[in-house]
Amino acid sequence: MAPPASSAAEPIVQFTRVSKHFGDFRAVNDISFDIRKGEFFSLLGPSGCGKTTTLRLLAGFEQPDTDGGTVKIAGEVVNTRRPYERQIGMVFQNYAIFPHLSVERNVAFGLEQHKVPAAEIPGRVTQALEMVRLDPGQYAKRMPNQLSGGQRQRVALARALVLRPAILLLDEPLGAIDLKLRKEMQLELKALNKNLGLTFVYVTHDQEEALTMSDRIAVMDHGIIAQLGSPAEIYENPRTAYVARFIGESNFLGGTATRQGGAWQVASPNGAFIIPDAPGLAEGATVQIAVRPEWMDIFPVDHCPSGENAVPGTVREVIYLGETMHVIVTLGDGTDCTVAVRNEGQLIKPLPWKKGDRAAVSWLPEDCQVLEQA
Amino acid sequence: MSTKLPRWLIAFSALVYLFLHLPIVVLVIFSFNDSKYAVSWTGFTWAWYQRLLEREDILRGLEASLIVGAASTLVSAVFGTLIALALARHRFRGRTALEAFLYVPLVTPEIVVGISLLILFVLLKVPLGLATITIAHIAFSISFVVVVVLARLQGMDRNLEEAAMTLGADEITTFWKITVPQLWPGIISGALLAFTMSFDDYVITSFVSGTGSSTLPIVVYTMVRRNIEPSINAISTIILVATAVLIYLADRLGREKGA
Repeated sequence: MAPPASSAAEPIVQFTRVSKHFGDFRAVNDISFDIRKGEFFSLLGPSGCGKTTTLRLLAGFEQPDTDGGTVKIAGEVVNTRRPYERQIGMVFQNYAIFPHLSVERNVAFGLEQHKVPAAEIPGRVTQALEMVRLDPGQYAKRMPNQLSGGQRQRVALARALVLRPAILLLDEPLGAIDLKLRKEMQLELKALNKNLGLTFVYVTHDQEEALTMSDRIAVMDHGIIAQLGSPAEIYENPRTAYVARFIGESNFLGGTATRQGGAWQVASPNGAFIIPDAPGLAEGATVQIAVRPEWMDIFPVDHCPSGENAVPGTVREVIYLGETMHVIVTLGDGTDCTVAVRNEGQLIKPLPWKKGDRAAVSWLPEDCQVLEQA
Repeated sequence: MSTKLPRWLIAFSALVYLFLHLPIVVLVIFSFNDSKYAVSWTGFTWAWYQRLLEREDILRGLEASLIVGAASTLVSAVFGTLIALALARHRFRGRTALEAFLYVPLVTPEIVVGISLLILFVLLKVPLGLATITIAHIAFSISFVVVVVLARLQGMDRNLEEAAMTLGADEITTFWKITVPQLWPGIISGALLAFTMSFDDYVITSFVSGTGSSTLPIVVYTMVRRNIEPSINAISTIILVATAVLIYLADRLGREKGA
């Protein structure tokens, strides 16, 4: 296993100023980040943000531009190393199960390539299928076209894991399976990552999936990393409006800042509010803040708790979502603000708000995130 | 628009089909006719088919056709597959032009191909014979293989090859263990088409065959010029059935799905 010199925090993958162009298109633009050994690392973003190219650079299917930085695996530069020389495993979005080989032959393929003695192969195949909870007795002899999408998914996983690669790359592997199975697989993948101690690099456009499984998330946007951090950091302290918008829902408010003691007052078209001190703030600067709907509250105008920011408006819509209620309030300048309220039972204790009511949305100054100007 | 076909249209279609296929039906029926003259039905016989076995010119023609067919098919299948791979997988200067030129032999009148090949062989002082026939057949068969294999390659999932590489297979192993099995139905289908074209060809072959060596269609034509006898019907029926079977197989393989 791991040599004693390597600590748990040592990066197993290092991208240093990596760029990749396709013609005139900058797919990946000067990105640097580390992936730690054993962590579940997600690359998150909309299609075209560069997340798949980043994964393919790591897999060896693409190479960085000349002078396009370095990709290191376990401390060694692998820029030009072929995929089969990298100790990586990969699960593809469409599973890429070999259609002409049975389930067991698919799983055995990698073992055969690595010259594992023939006597060991059946045992390891069985073990791998059991690891992904696919009954070997029932499925080993089947052909891929006799499997459901979820089962193919498990075969693809077993085929990659049977080699115990140092790094497992997963390219939106749960995109094509139904919601219930997807939730189940999310937990299973997370458990495999922790139990096997392998590093997982997971590409997804589904923010909820990334939040559920990841130790750390890199949110990508137009070939750069917009923010990198734990799920809580990304969700609770989004650095830019892009991140705040992409991960969960946010309300955006903006205005001009003036210093007021240890904090700042922002004059906005909807009224003034207080924000905590943040780097980069200056007298008279334009600032934008984001506040999550669940950190806002709604009160009758003039009845807001003291010490909270309050901005008045008119209720536009009350939306029933099951465990929460969303009250959408249109503010003075016409922007909408969504307030999430816990549903305590609309049949017993209905919300006192209806369309057209005057109301104020409120939040604690420390519950807002001051955004960097993009 | 109504989905029901008007009656006159059905009748018209039936007539067209009759016109197209009646001669062939008549040919097949009369290959079993127990009479030296193809004017009236006098009874069933296998005699004309048995006669074929005694005719050395026909057997030699068949042998020549099989040799030329096998050789030209083998070469077309190998090189056609390689060309298809180059066209599908690599971006290079002149790729589009090369792909367009592929279709030229498919649409050029056979007589033009025949004449141009003959001129080429004469210019290069290549003696006419089985070798020149084979080269000529490769020239028109290879396009069929490329077109069929290319279609299959374009429908193939590139991730299969990438998956093989992440599992430790290098490029060559990946090609033989993953790519070729995926392309196999396309290659066989293209090869069957190529063989059929070679086996049936008369026009081009007649230009490049010279005097000593004749393929089956050439032999048949020579026989017809001398005198029409029912053996012609028998050999034609055999060629027809063989061709139909090959085309059917090629079509079925061509449609087979990869996954």
